[in-house]
Amino acid sequence: MKLSKKKESWKRTDGRDWNELRPISIESGVLPNADGSAYIEMGRNKIIVGVFGPREMHPKHLAKPHTAVLRCRYHMAPFSVDPRRSPAPSRRDTEIGMVMRLALEPAIFLERYPRSSIEVFAEVLQADGGTRCASINASTVALVDAGIPMRDLVASCASGKIDDRIVLDMGDYEDKNGQADIPIAYMPKLERVTLLQMDGVLSPVELEQCVGLGVEGCMKIYEVQREALKKKYGDESKQSQEEE
Amino acid sequence: MSSRHGIVPRLKRKKIQEAVASGKRMDGRGLEECREITIRTGVIEKAEGSAEVHLGDTRVLVGVKIGVGSPFEDTPDEGVLICNAEFVPIASPTFEPGPPDENSIELARVVDRGLRSAKVVDFSKLDIIPGKKVYLIYVDLYILNYAGNLIDASAIAAISALRSAMKPVYKVEDGEVVPTDEKEPLEVLRTPVAVTVAKIGESLVLDPLADEEEVTDERLTITLDDDGNICTIQKSGSTGLTVDDIKKAVDIASKKAQDIRGMITGSS
Repeated sequence: MKLSKKKESWKRTDGRDWNELRPISIESGVLPNADGSAYIEMGRNKIIVGVFGPREMHPKHLAKPHTAVLRCRYHMAPFSVDPRRSPAPSRRDTEIGMVMRLALEPAIFLERYPRSSIEVFAEVLQADGGTRCASINASTVALVDAGIPMRDLVASCASGKIDDRIVLDMGDYEDKNGQADIPIAYMPKLERVTLLQMDGVLSPVELEQCVGLGVEGCMKIYEVQREALKKKYGDESKQSQEEE
Repeated sequence: MSSRHGIVPRLKRKKIQEAVASGKRMDGRGLEECREITIRTGVIEKAEGSAEVHLGDTRVLVGVKIGVGSPFEDTPDEGVLICNAEFVPIASPTFEPGPPDENSIELARVVDRGLRSAKVVDFSKLDIIPGKKVYLIYVDLYILNYAGNLIDASAIAAISALRSAMKPVYKVEDGEVVPTDEKEPLEVLRTPVAVTVAKIGESLVLDPLADEEEVTDERLTITLDDDGNICTIQKSGSTGLTVDDIKKAVDIASKKAQDIRGMITGSS
């Protein structure tokens, strides 16, 4: 599993180019009991997201008179990682739930649903590095599937540095052995970054490169999200246009 | 299970009860007919064993993780099997995030008792350093969609995941457990099957839907082993069963268990 330093023959541990995403597929409308749902595979990540709402807020005192409240829960299945993890929510889960909320909030017309709550539940069935980004990608599709009006889709992926090189969409191995990891979420139409975190060490120039690369990755993911929605709703929208 | 799944309107309740009384079900099935079952194993590569089961719209994912740990004090030379259930909120609008409630604990324990009583694995062969280190087998039940009869679906998924599981091989060097790259199949000796019979009015029905569970007076889960012996029973309900009901339920369950076992052993 050693990375070669030679420039011309340098390939990542999984054989990808530096600016290549892992294989990604998104399917929408996978859970009959949820108002909206999506399933994403991004590398070996397998994540299923259910959206409920807008619905009455419980407990009631958390409701806001002028807007809906978005609540996000990020949770990992005990068998999603090695070794098994406890199903009780960890501090990490709580933080990721929060950053997911902050990444998604700007895209949703929350003010249209005062006093209600919109809940996003991301369940990580298998984790392979970059679960928060994959969760955001699936959550966006699930929110649209739930019929919640959105200003834009939110696409997300990480860039980072490993073996002194800038790379896109780090997998589990790269995540753990890399020098820096920057998850980004981006609204492509509105051109706004809605998630930006980093751990590791980068120079200001490298940071700029990473953010640029991350945004490029988000643009590609945006297309995958659109395709997933078209696959489910494409024909319907065509039909309604024809009717008009 | 009755209190958590919302309120079935009175009309629906009446409709279900009337249909069942005349030998029909809401989805067109007969009283002793099961919904379609599909079993897929090996769905989570990172788990040592896994299975996803669809029972109609009910969908359960089970991951088996196998590691090393300390034995229980009263069985120092035996491996450990722990069964846990998660009712995740994506499965139903009525499931809320939080610690396991009595329904998920009951589910985990009924499935656990089925596996344990049927002696699915020989625990005495799962020691690594007797008295100190043994295999720990975690069976995690993950409910992805709730559409009734979680116990039967979970039990099918649990035994299917165990049957597909590969156990890591460990070496013992200087009294320490050392992992190797090797894996070998987990030896699963038995295939218990849980069959739930619901009593609605005076009728007994198999594989209740979520709405039917709402109007169920009594529920009886019977787990049967490969020889047709009964290895676990769980009754829930608050109206009481007659001795005759119990006899009939065991008859229905015994017949159905063989079919389901055939599907499990045929799929892995």
